[in-house]
Amino acid sequence: MSLSLLLQNIANGLSLGSLYALIAIGYTMVYGILRLINFAHGEIFMLAPYFLYFGFLIFHLPWWVSVVIAIALTSLTGMLTEKIAYRPLRDAPRVSVLISAIGVSFFLQNLAIVVFSGIPKSVHRPKFFTKIFQLGDIRIQSTLFASIGISIIVLSLLIYIVYRTKTGLAMRAISTDIETSRLMGIEVNKAISVTFIIGSALAAVGGILWSQRFPQLFPTMGMIPGLKAFIAAVVGGIGSIPGAMFGGFILGMSEILFVTFFPGSSGYRDAFVFLILILILLFKPDGILGKKVQEKV
Amino acid sequence: MMKRQNAKVFTILALIVLSILVYLAQNKLDPYQIRILNLGAIYVTLGVSLNLIYGFTGQFSLGHAGFMAIGAYVTALLVLPPYYKEMIFILEPLAWPFTVIHAPFLIALLCSGLMAALAAFLIGLPVLRLKGDYLGIATLGFAEIIRVIANNLPHITNGALGIKGIPEFTNLWWTVGVAVVTIYIIKGLVHSSYGRALMAIRENEIAAEVIGINLTYHKVMSFTISAFFAGVAGGLFACLLTTIDPKAFMFIMTYNILIVLVLGGLGSITGTVIAAFLYNFLLEYLRPIEAGFQIGPIVFPAIPGLRMVTFSVVLLVLIIYKQSGLMGGFEFSWQAFFQFVNKLFTKKKPTEGSTS
Amino acid sequence: MREILNIDNITIKFGGLTAVKNFILKVFPGELIGIIGPNGAGKTTIFNMITGIYKPTVNKIYFQDTDITGMKPDKIAKIGIARTFQNVRLMENLTVIDNVMIGFHLHLQSNLLSAIFKFPGYAREEENIYQKSIELLEKVDLEEYKLEKAGSLPYGQQRKLEIVRALATRPKLLLLDEPAAGMNPQETKELMRFIQEIREDFNLTILLIEHDMRVVMGICERILVLNYGETIAEGNPEEIQHNPEVIKAYLGVEATYA
Repeated sequence: MSLSLLLQNIANGLSLGSLYALIAIGYTMVYGILRLINFAHGEIFMLAPYFLYFGFLIFHLPWWVSVVIAIALTSLTGMLTEKIAYRPLRDAPRVSVLISAIGVSFFLQNLAIVVFSGIPKSVHRPKFFTKIFQLGDIRIQSTLFASIGISIIVLSLLIYIVYRTKTGLAMRAISTDIETSRLMGIEVNKAISVTFIIGSALAAVGGILWSQRFPQLFPTMGMIPGLKAFIAAVVGGIGSIPGAMFGGFILGMSEILFVTFFPGSSGYRDAFVFLILILILLFKPDGILGKKVQEKV
Repeated sequence: MMKRQNAKVFTILALIVLSILVYLAQNKLDPYQIRILNLGAIYVTLGVSLNLIYGFTGQFSLGHAGFMAIGAYVTALLVLPPYYKEMIFILEPLAWPFTVIHAPFLIALLCSGLMAALAAFLIGLPVLRLKGDYLGIATLGFAEIIRVIANNLPHITNGALGIKGIPEFTNLWWTVGVAVVTIYIIKGLVHSSYGRALMAIRENEIAAEVIGINLTYHKVMSFTISAFFAGVAGGLFACLLTTIDPKAFMFIMTYNILIVLVLGGLGSITGTVIAAFLYNFLLEYLRPIEAGFQIGPIVFPAIPGLRMVTFSVVLLVLIIYKQSGLMGGFEFSWQAFFQFVNKLFTKKKPTEGSTS
Repeated sequence: MREILNIDNITIKFGGLTAVKNFILKVFPGELIGIIGPNGAGKTTIFNMITGIYKPTVNKIYFQDTDITGMKPDKIAKIGIARTFQNVRLMENLTVIDNVMIGFHLHLQSNLLSAIFKFPGYAREEENIYQKSIELLEKVDLEEYKLEKAGSLPYGQQRKLEIVRALATRPKLLLLDEPAAGMNPQETKELMRFIQEIREDFNLTILLIEHDMRVVMGICERILVLNYGETIAEGNPEEIQHNPEVIKAYLGVEATYA
């Protein structure tokens, strides 16, 4: 394989990885605080490009305005799912909350079918994302750079919020011990809502970038990317934000490189991802950057 | 107190009644209704088997769809006549042993169970060391791997095209029969010293190990038996739908079984049975909602997706307001049944000496 | 007489922290030995190493001349070591009787098939286990609660139930981790009598971690004092009470209630 082709694939892997990273953050933050696998997160991801589609094509708003509105609406939906479907179950067995998450996932997916119809829709792609760069003998579409660049900006912003602001401190405190945090006067419900807003906003950015890369919308489009981003979160160490980013990039890279080196087995690409997951779980159960937790006897 | 002998007699009587009901249903109901009952009974088998590993042993397994897939393909390949298989494998010709083997339905179902159990044994040995959500994710991963493999082995599974024209052997005798056998065996297991060991592992793994319970043996045993029945259910499923492809066994399938299990109440076999039928009735009887209907002069147009929207709202309401499952951990026994009947007939009188 | 348990100079480290250092203990059949020391001295860690939950970083533990270092807890239970936990670990959602019957599982002869289908051999074994469990429960006056959930018992009775569950595994060596914690003086007195009684009845060798000095001084023949993971004294109750090292490190502070 030529060097240029390899470079192109690495860029490809990085860009896919950055999308996984964006979605994985939402999983990891929610898990860190509520110990809940938010199965509805993939559907949150799916909603954003649909909102964008409607803002731009139906209401004829400018593209960038539609993007902002789509992100805001998606965040709102994420926050509402927690308020309606997870908060009443805060003291319930954890599996009940999991079922509730599955219920929300069914609900959003089918609501999308009802409202947006199940017929795939094609996506408007602004010039910004479709420009082709010629570097030597490789051609790279600007989507790749855009998704890497935008992800880095958004993730830096996230790190600032989580590690440098009071809200971020509250979120971190809750993920360590929700009861003590409450006793220390932290507004737990507010911080949890903020967590869902941030996680959903990142998923929205991820969803919009995803639809620029794979420009077709359908109500079940969130399932597989959602599942893979969740795997990325686990591989990186669930509950850890740097872990989710790292896991996202690792997963994106290994997926693309697997297809690059074994083009004959490209059908096994998803199986390869799951295999990585299982191996990580078996040999480093808390993920690459996760903390080791041991039960006290 | 009920004597064990009496309980046996009542169980046999109940089975006779059940047989009559199955006979009537199979002959009097229309195919659509029979199909819903068949699905309900298959879900009983699936739910009760998942209950064994998750409800009783406490091991969060999300791999059921994978074991079902194995069972479905094994049964399909065994019951299809060789000449027909030759015809439908268009992508690539069917690989050797499958071109010639042909087995009756019962044998095919048993092979389905055994193959699923073998897969579970091999998967379980390494992954059952994992705990909680991690185990769930790992088993989900394995189920997806099984599905990806099914997609990529066209000379065995016909790839994404799936297998069509599977003989429709599944009827209520089979589905209800398998459900009864599953309940009998899993109940027998749970109510034994081995079952106590499984529940001890669920309750407190460290304490269980320290009193001499071999964790690996018991977890793998429970996982393997659970997968066996999931495999058999997969076989029934294949011969009910007559068409299978890898898409039918996505993780949504496992979620459905998990929902049945949790709605019925973890660790309650009675709850699982009731929830399995309710779940399928609900899904089917919500169909008119999206088919469009008319109330007086108002015509509601057909809206695809509305059924599942309604369904998920019902599910959310149930889970939020009935957190410990529909049956709240209640388990049917003849003793409780007769106490209940007695109460019904004596409820006028003030209860005397019944406090314990 | 050969020792039943031989802890040969073991050390365990967690990361940089040495929890137990150069611990030596030879236990002879029938002995009742107390291990005392301040919180965090490493007492429970020693129990965890004997029962296979932790593996010593250095050196070995022998039980009846078998090397049990790093053996799995269930294997260790099978060859005759049982224990209780400082923070009681019962199967809380199971009944009291099930909690005892589960202790017999490791000696079950019947195979899985005969258990599922209740073959006569299994039915006899189950009946036998049930009878023996009832007898054990009678010993601690818990028979009347046999169908209650174990988690619903008061704390003191949960402790007794945990000891009974350990006895059901037919141990030769019993490790009791603070059995008197949370008991009132009356219950403590009964517990002391109970420990003496089971020691006779079941031919037990007992190791006991306890903070309550009445228990330790009252029933132990030999006492080890641990501080910061090291043994600082060993002897009979009399010797320990007068050991200046112990008085300084431990009893000196708490002598008021000794």
